[in-house]
Amino acid sequence: MTSESIGWWGVVLGILAGAVRGGTPFLLVSLGECLTEKSGKINLGLEGTLLMGAMSAYAVSYKTGSPWAGVAAAGATGALMGALHALLVSRPKVNDIAAGIAMLIFGTGCAFFLSKPYIQPSAPQLPAVALGGWSQVAQVQAALRISPLFFLGVAVAFALQWFFRATRWGMHVRAVGDSPAAARAMGISVGRTRFLAIMAGSALGGIGGAHLTLFYPGAWTEAISSGQGLMAVALVIFARWNPVQCLWASLLFGGAQAVGPSLQAVGISTGYYLWNASPYILTLLVMVLTCSRKRTLVGAPGALGSPS
Amino acid sequence: MAIPTGAVVVALALFGLFCAFQGKNPFAVFAAINKAAFGSWYSFQNTLVRAAPLMLTALCTALPARLGLVIIGNEGALVVGGLSATAAGLACATAPVAVVISVMTLAGMVGGGLWITVCGALYYQRGVNETISSLLMNYIAIAVLNHLVNGPMRDPSSLNKPSSFPIPDDKMLPAMGDSNVHYGLVFGLVACVIAWALMEHATFGFKVRMIGGNIRAARMSGLPVARLGLITCFLAGAAAGIAGMIEVAAVHGRANESLAAGYGYAGILVAFVARYRGLPIILVATLLGGILASGGILQRQFKLPDATILVFQGLVFLVILFSDSLYGKFKFFKEREA
Repeated sequence: MTSESIGWWGVVLGILAGAVRGGTPFLLVSLGECLTEKSGKINLGLEGTLLMGAMSAYAVSYKTGSPWAGVAAAGATGALMGALHALLVSRPKVNDIAAGIAMLIFGTGCAFFLSKPYIQPSAPQLPAVALGGWSQVAQVQAALRISPLFFLGVAVAFALQWFFRATRWGMHVRAVGDSPAAARAMGISVGRTRFLAIMAGSALGGIGGAHLTLFYPGAWTEAISSGQGLMAVALVIFARWNPVQCLWASLLFGGAQAVGPSLQAVGISTGYYLWNASPYILTLLVMVLTCSRKRTLVGAPGALGSPS
Repeated sequence: MAIPTGAVVVALALFGLFCAFQGKNPFAVFAAINKAAFGSWYSFQNTLVRAAPLMLTALCTALPARLGLVIIGNEGALVVGGLSATAAGLACATAPVAVVISVMTLAGMVGGGLWITVCGALYYQRGVNETISSLLMNYIAIAVLNHLVNGPMRDPSSLNKPSSFPIPDDKMLPAMGDSNVHYGLVFGLVACVIAWALMEHATFGFKVRMIGGNIRAARMSGLPVARLGLITCFLAGAAAGIAGMIEVAAVHGRANESLAAGYGYAGILVAFVARYRGLPIILVATLLGGILASGGILQRQFKLPDATILVFQGLVFLVILFSDSLYGKFKFFKEREA
């Protein structure tokens, strides 16, 4: 084991590397969900979108030989799934949550179905951005090979922050999410704004899936997402609907995911399977600590989840 | 009934298109599904064996739905119910078969029931969204299952598929008469009938529906909203727990990863299509059980992957949701207020 040469630092390094590597899909999906929820709708189906994105990115990257085409395909697939969700929730009497569950099952089914031919072959992967050249230690170098999509996510986080605070369209999205009636009175089309927000949010979710199959873990399996799309929904609540805080929360979740494997790498395998539950338990804890029955959450869009 | 039936027909048509798109003759696929699910007494038995857990997991979503809670932790409650039933069954494996089965049933109910009660408590105490929490608990339940069958509960002789020690063969839930259908079906039918009587014809159900209809009015009239909610969550989880119990006691004989076979997720769809009512759940679970039973045929005969069934479930779900928005649009479809 090479990791023994740096001993316990390997665990810390593993968790930090995992935070960036495993946090990237969380980041992209939670930003997508953040944008969606700011417009007043919840998209629980991002789990299905994530899987569809992961599958289509892998398939297109394999067929065309270009991982970037895969990323684009993932975004397009995500936008398509988003359009379907938006179409559903824009109908009267359709509940966001039920629509989300339906999209989750449908997206998962389609992704599993269409992915059958792509289990064996290996698709071209996204090139890593190596920031570890200064170090002689192999593990540090490996840990600092960062997904280009992580930088995309960081950029989108700050861009979204700016978008909500300082642009006219951002204000429209917030207005639609806080008070559709007032937005309508201002002459904003509530339906169209939500449609675009959900579509763009789902596209981000799809790109999050591309990170899973084209960077880390870097192959298609049916268990590739295992609830990350859902955790992202909780993560947005934790981040108080603030895109930049989504970034910190994603890093935290990515790190939590890496605890089990990092411990196993230094030979501690007791409770390995229980460590697998740590991101889910963390999500639950975070929700227990941040939610309250008494007051509405600070930063929550006023009309979130209510029928339009 | 017009709109749900119409929606299922539209979903079938869309599924046919999907098959045609894959280069399969949709009519041949439908014929094969029908034959594999309902074609003969032998295949219908297979359908019933799959319908039994579906009835029980459907109740896990259906009961809290009447309160206005969207619980989708069916898979987790099933797994935890199966695990607790296995642990309890192994602990008293020397007792007579009736005792073993009763103890396992009780343990499954308590395990699954408490599991969903946690989601209810988190909601009533802290306002944690019950849909997300119950779904997260599915993954936690599966992690606990993996931990136990790979560690403390592991039978060292199970090499390829880590499992718990087996329940002795003569202590398992037997088949009914000379059929292949085990007594789990009776558990499912009885649970659905009880749920129907409780929710539609008892004071308890009336209170629950009142909370679901208007929580403020329910509070004003002095109903103990949280207590009723927690009891309902417990009953819901207990139903899914029994599903886990019968999967262990009648099918697998031991706890392993086969417990998480997707009955929980399919149960959500059953509850949804049956409009959360006990008696329709029996019918819908039988239909979906048939479709699940035909998965093998689709794979062998048409080379369609097993995810085909999942695609079909998703389609049905989407179309039914969409059809919800049609209520009241046409005079023809006007339904009686329930």
